[in-house]
Amino acid sequence: MDENQTNRIKQILLKIGHLVGLFIAMAIICLPGLWIVLSSLRPTVEIMAKPPVWIPESLSFDAYIAMFSGVGQGGIPVLDYFRNSIIISVTSTVIALAIGLAGGYAFARYRFRGKTAIFLGFMLTRTVPGIALSLPLFFVYAKLGMIDTHFGLILAYVALNVPFTVWLIDGFFRQVPRDLAEAAQIDGCTRWQAFWQVEFPLARSGIASAGIFAFLISWNEFALASQLTRSTNSKTLPVGLLDYTAEFTIDWRGMCALAVVMIIPALTLTFIVQKHLVSGLTSGAVKG
Amino acid sequence: MATVSLKNLVKKYGHLEVVHAINLDVADREFVALVGPSGCGKSTTLRMIAGLEAISGGHIHIGDREVNNLPPRQRNISMVFQSYALYPHMTVAENMGFSLKIAGKSQDEIASAVADAAKTLGLEELLDRRPSQLSGGQRQRVAMGRAIVRHPDVFLFDEPLSNLDAKLRMQMRTEIKKLHAKVQSTVIYVTHDQVEAMTLADRIVIMRDGHIEQVGPPEEVFRRPATRFVAGFIGSPTMNLHNAVVSDGRLVFANGDTLPLPAQFKDRVSAGQKVIFGLRPDDLYPTGHGIHSGEAAEVHAVEVPVSLTEPLGNETLVFAEFAGQDWISRMLNPKPLRVGDRINLSFDLSQSHLFDAASEKSLRG
Repeated sequence: MDENQTNRIKQILLKIGHLVGLFIAMAIICLPGLWIVLSSLRPTVEIMAKPPVWIPESLSFDAYIAMFSGVGQGGIPVLDYFRNSIIISVTSTVIALAIGLAGGYAFARYRFRGKTAIFLGFMLTRTVPGIALSLPLFFVYAKLGMIDTHFGLILAYVALNVPFTVWLIDGFFRQVPRDLAEAAQIDGCTRWQAFWQVEFPLARSGIASAGIFAFLISWNEFALASQLTRSTNSKTLPVGLLDYTAEFTIDWRGMCALAVVMIIPALTLTFIVQKHLVSGLTSGAVKG
Repeated sequence: MATVSLKNLVKKYGHLEVVHAINLDVADREFVALVGPSGCGKSTTLRMIAGLEAISGGHIHIGDREVNNLPPRQRNISMVFQSYALYPHMTVAENMGFSLKIAGKSQDEIASAVADAAKTLGLEELLDRRPSQLSGGQRQRVAMGRAIVRHPDVFLFDEPLSNLDAKLRMQMRTEIKKLHAKVQSTVIYVTHDQVEAMTLADRIVIMRDGHIEQVGPPEEVFRRPATRFVAGFIGSPTMNLHNAVVSDGRLVFANGDTLPLPAQFKDRVSAGQKVIFGLRPDDLYPTGHGIHSGEAAEVHAVEVPVSLTEPLGNETLVFAEFAGQDWISRMLNPKPLRVGDRINLSFDLSQSHLFDAASEKSLRG
């Protein structure tokens, strides 16, 4: 067979292998999510069946109906949890972003003493697992009377997210050439205007991704929330999942249904913000 | 339109002083080029004039206003950056109109000012594009458009052409010259390319290690370099500069070869004085292939071997060995030469330069 033919076949085979590999990877990533959605719609017997039932025999929205039908009828205060989750996640994300914006910009643009050490210190705080923080935090909060408050969780999540947002936003501001802010100042901007008119729009994709991450971390956080919340005053959705566990049984179907309810807003937000994540916005600024 | 004046201007980074009390007066509508090798302080000086860099000492005046501590926006200057620094999230028109928008001008005013500038620079077709969709030359032109739109007192250019390829650079050089003729404003232009400086500027400021070596019109810095450094920096190919000692009315080089002491320096040097002899390649030519500028009697011919040739078409650069060193000479109406050929080399001594070996200052006086 001639060389060109062999190479052609090789390329086609490679392409097929590539697609199969991608399919398997995607299946591994997506299957658990799909399984949760499926489990929320099928009867408990099917969920617990061994070997697993792949194709459900009957689907119903019973779990969802029950969830919203109020305490006493198998329902849980899902709207309260939802409200708490939204308030806590959004507030902590906004604050973490504001601090991250200022901190990230400072790290990207200015030289100061102990910069590397501070930066490293920020990262180190993230190496401590949340669960290890929960007990000391519980004692402190208990003394300060901050258990079961929105403020308490918001504070904890801001502390959790700030190192991360600073780090991410710093990286994006580094990609914005310094010349641009200087050009803006020459064009008549104050330092402040130069930031908002030129540097901020260019780092926007980075700020958006930092925002998504911060939001998702707060939205899904369980370890701290389970210790620092008590009642519908401040319990968030992940903690609400525990309502489906009784002393001897776990309502897997209800839990999966609540999980789906949790996923939807997070997914929607990600989709909305995603369009800001266009990379390469800075291309064409300087020589190229 | 305005004058610019620097008085004892100093820049320090910590304890490191990078610009040492320089003085410079730029006249209204003058085109001044700051040249020098990397790290000579020329860009720092420009950035201090722009207000992007704080000054550590001295005074800067633009017009009759002292601007030492004013932020850039209050200095009424425009700057073209080496990197162009176009705003990537804005169209060409928005880039050019940005300063007017910040100044609170009306949409109509902005549109007409941008249209005027675009016409001057031939950018009409590109106004809706983004910088990423432009070629290097177009970006450069937009950067200039952004600068002229607001009719500043002073234009500052920071190596604006160094990112362009050679051909485009020449073309843009011409355009900058035309633009200056058209807008008639004060320009301070930083470059490391002495050809750019020579072709564009009314006056050239040659800087080295944070000092000003010489200030003068292109013709003057070329013909009468004040120091060895200026002599070596200005001119292409560079001036032949070789050490010699004055002895018995002759210049004796390291290997014992000699040249007559040029007449114009007879009374300015003493026997035994160590000097640097300088002669431009234009004033050193294979006999019969060049023109002498001074008296015929001042031309001194020596037979030397050819060590290398660089044919350029209309002329050939001939490297010939004399006094143990390679000397560059310019051969007009070239004929083919081979390495090792022996040729007669004419030294037009009336055009030569002598610098004191210790102070490196010109002995011309």
